[in-house]
Amino acid sequence: MSDVTINTKVQEGEASFGDYFALLKPRVMSLVVFTALVGLLVAPVGVHPMVAFSSILFIAVGGGASGALNMWWDADIDRKMKRTKTRPIPSGKVEESEALGLGLTLSAFAVVMLGLAANWFAAGLLAFTIFFYVVVYSMWLKRLTPQNIVIGGAAGAFPPMIGWAVATGGVSVESVLMFMITFMWTPPHFWALALFTKSDYGDAGVPMLTVTHGRKSTRKHILVYTFILAAVCLAAGVTSIGGPFYMTVAVVMNVLFIRGAFQIWHRDDEAAEADNYMAERKFFKLSLLFLFVHFGALMGEAALAPFGLGGW
Amino acid sequence: MSFRKEHEIHKRRLGRNVGVGLVLGAFIVIVFGLTIAKVNNGGQVQGYDHSVEQTLVPAEASE
Repeated sequence: MSDVTINTKVQEGEASFGDYFALLKPRVMSLVVFTALVGLLVAPVGVHPMVAFSSILFIAVGGGASGALNMWWDADIDRKMKRTKTRPIPSGKVEESEALGLGLTLSAFAVVMLGLAANWFAAGLLAFTIFFYVVVYSMWLKRLTPQNIVIGGAAGAFPPMIGWAVATGGVSVESVLMFMITFMWTPPHFWALALFTKSDYGDAGVPMLTVTHGRKSTRKHILVYTFILAAVCLAAGVTSIGGPFYMTVAVVMNVLFIRGAFQIWHRDDEAAEADNYMAERKFFKLSLLFLFVHFGALMGEAALAPFGLGGW
Repeated sequence: MSFRKEHEIHKRRLGRNVGVGLVLGAFIVIVFGLTIAKVNNGGQVQGYDHSVEQTLVPAEASE
């Protein structure tokens, strides 16, 4: 082997800018940006547009950093699963140590910058979110309990609380309820997907509810969580961030969602296979719309307020 | 083969360098914008120590 061949081998694995960006899970980041923005805009305290823009950006960077740390920790299972095989680490484009370095650096950067741009309470909340997602979810509970989806959902639910904290410097009933909406929405959303996709979590050693408790129990779980979700969504409607517009949207969406959950609960796998999991697929599609519409309606209430139309 | 020959790896490196450059440039713009926003919102502060200039405080507030 000559020096030239050694060089070629090293160069083959060299990552592009896009590969490093992919470590930050851009799709998850878009949800973080949207919900954090809503949390910030519906808060009763105004924020300078530049401070608001920077804060949302740093929250997104913090979320991305936790994604990179998650990919570093989960590299072993990502290599085993079809869905995650093409991620930058398993595909050999980025070294594990690079992902760790990028994740830690961006985490510290995002927390410090959010503290300087907005306030240290919001920065602390962002630091806790990163810690929760990486240590509590990824390292500790993901491979230990079939309730991993519920716990992971909590990490994804923090951004609107951080957005609210950027504006107000604290926590309130409204921000906790916004957290609860995403928190309670995640399990039925993900379990519906788990029912109609053939996942290889089992091969990777990650316990999923469909495998550990069976598919019938998963259907029951979806229904129960959907009821709790409806209660949370309606509760948010009677607080200062709600109003007639949000309430109307929430009632319609939750009636449709509960109907879908009932259909899923009511049937077994035999019936589901007969129509290629039609009800489960429809429920999953509706769940995507569900979260977007709820947070959009909250933003709508805030937008109507200057015209004397928003709120109760 | 000449050393000057453009390899795919050079394009990738260029893309990475340009990307990092743009990110750093954007960071400078953000810090500048934040500084302007903070200073404008800060009200009557002195440049050298960020403490309120007593002569600028209205008479009733300083009593």
